[in-house]
Amino acid sequence: MALPQAKQTITQERLAGLSLPQGGKWASAARTDALARVQAAGLPSARDEYWKFTNPISLTSAEPDLAAVFDPQETPIFGDLDRLKIVFVDGVFDAEASDDLSLDGVEITRLSEAAQADIHWAKDLYGALESNGQVPVQRPLAALNTAFATDGVLIRATGKVSKPISLIYLHNSESSDAILHHCVKVEKGADVTVIESGPAAARFNKVMEVDIADGAAFHHVRAQGRDHERRAVTHTFARLGEESTFKSFTLTANGVMTRNECVIELTGDNAIAHVAGAAVGDGDFHHDDTVFITHDALNCESRQVFKKVLRNGATGVFQGKILVKEGAQKTDGYQISQSLLLDGDSQFLAKPELEIYADDVACSHGSTSGAIDEEALFYLQSRGVSKDDAQDLLVLAFLAEALEEIEDETIADDLLGRLQNWLARRRG
Amino acid sequence: MLEIKNLHVKLEEEDKQILKGVDLTVETGKVHAIMGPNGSGKSTLSYVLSGKDGYDVTDGEAVLDGEDVLEMEPEERAAAGLFLAFQYPVEIPGVGNMTFLRTAVNAQRKARGEEEMSAADFLKFVREKAKSLKIDADMLKRPVNVGFSGGEKKRNEILQMAMLEPKMCILDETDSGLDVDAMKLVAEGVNALRSEGRSFLVITHYQRLLDHIKPDVVHIMADGRIVKTGGPELALEVETNGYADILAEVA
Repeated sequence: MALPQAKQTITQERLAGLSLPQGGKWASAARTDALARVQAAGLPSARDEYWKFTNPISLTSAEPDLAAVFDPQETPIFGDLDRLKIVFVDGVFDAEASDDLSLDGVEITRLSEAAQADIHWAKDLYGALESNGQVPVQRPLAALNTAFATDGVLIRATGKVSKPISLIYLHNSESSDAILHHCVKVEKGADVTVIESGPAAARFNKVMEVDIADGAAFHHVRAQGRDHERRAVTHTFARLGEESTFKSFTLTANGVMTRNECVIELTGDNAIAHVAGAAVGDGDFHHDDTVFITHDALNCESRQVFKKVLRNGATGVFQGKILVKEGAQKTDGYQISQSLLLDGDSQFLAKPELEIYADDVACSHGSTSGAIDEEALFYLQSRGVSKDDAQDLLVLAFLAEALEEIEDETIADDLLGRLQNWLARRRG
Repeated sequence: MLEIKNLHVKLEEEDKQILKGVDLTVETGKVHAIMGPNGSGKSTLSYVLSGKDGYDVTDGEAVLDGEDVLEMEPEERAAAGLFLAFQYPVEIPGVGNMTFLRTAVNAQRKARGEEEMSAADFLKFVREKAKSLKIDADMLKRPVNVGFSGGEKKRNEILQMAMLEPKMCILDETDSGLDVDAMKLVAEGVNALRSEGRSFLVITHYQRLLDHIKPDVVHIMADGRIVKTGGPELALEVETNGYADILAEVA
């Protein structure tokens, strides 16, 4: 079917400025296939149902909108953590700033190097989960990423990795248009934590494909913020084997355009997938969490917990779906999306969906929007807590259910402390 | 300590006068009780004094140790030494009771220019106070008032009072929803706080609380005014004859 003219135009204009990176056989094949997917689907537009709440124009335009370089004026996030640092500046790997990529229990290769080889373990993964994730909903920006990503890391965990792998994104150019693609393969019984932080670029398109084998575990914590002018679209694709675990948490502060998609497929029995996010936004903040979880095995558990605090006209979006396929009995699916609207100008747009083809499952979902509890605010004030502090306390209390999804206490404390500072800072 | 003069208050949202000229002076170190039928304005008085939104002071003043409290934010009133034990303590999901207590104690210290209490000192302090009110470690850990029984909520109010060491304590129907044993425990907590420098304003419907917290002065409030003031025997009179006699007498 031919694409509408407008979509064709957007797609052609965007593709005109890009060229397929040259590489080895496997990479070229994956990129050519991905490009075909982009051309077939066309890039998203505001008229697409999946982009009803988030206008993708700044993510699909030929040139990125400028974004001032941001100085966070605080100690780096996760700075006190014993971690393996991998640094990207405007989407380009920085060897000088990064640690040596060797660590027990894990093999890390730069995408651009691996792509030169004719054969690499990533050949069965790169673009595979992304391609899988195009059905039933198309995600053309992810396919665009697979086709044109020039950098990223390929991580293969074979045992229990002793410390987190920390992907640090730095933003130095106000017109950078970064496309990063990471692959993570967690082999049978292995366990790895990947953390991400930093303002990445003026425009940032990132894909992470995560293949979790039987009995393996993948932990993911991400801090996006507080660079307000960036535009980001990220996709996490995960496939879970038997008795495997996937846990992901994202903290977002600020950002005029952030769309985080998470596409998870539970393919082995007794697997567990949790995905959570806490976001605080002000003014022209726009944040979209789009989650699609497919249960395709017995006795799996999935949990989505998303909380947003919005003020001064900020917009929060949540699109979350649980699809339980025929035969995926004993599925336990939970989904909650909530917003705290600090004024009447802010809005929260939610589209929770359940689609169930098995008859012995427990799935629940809920979505709420509410204002700050005036009674609680007065109660705190009557005990001597200032109105601002009382409001922050209630905001943190609201976010608590999402923050509790972070298992590592050191990381949780770091993020909570920052969130407290950020909230205090906003009121100047 | 607390001087209320000619206080007139109406609801902000509707043109309804609730307090119609309250005059009341609570001396330092004394316990005053306010009794009165439903709708007489007792709770409104407690809310207005502590600074709740929704009320318009149309006339009069309330002075705490020389300062006009009606001009202050609720948190400033707290720092100045005013404390309201709520009739319906508010549940705050997600905020641990301990965090709440520590935030409150330190906020008031900070407002008064004192040093914040260290985590260790605070812990010792809260444990000691909690023990006498039979508040266990679990209640301190749980979110503020969430899932607390009526008695637990009221004990938690008294715990806050004990920790914040206010000079002017207002108890708004602290006996409501309590069984005899719970009321005794709460009253003991209050009595333990009685001191020369601390005053109390105890609002209640019933005389029975005043058996446990013995007042120096009893006021009867009706239709937005204090209509009669007397000694503890006035409370007994209410218990025996109800309000009707007194109201008929002053009408």
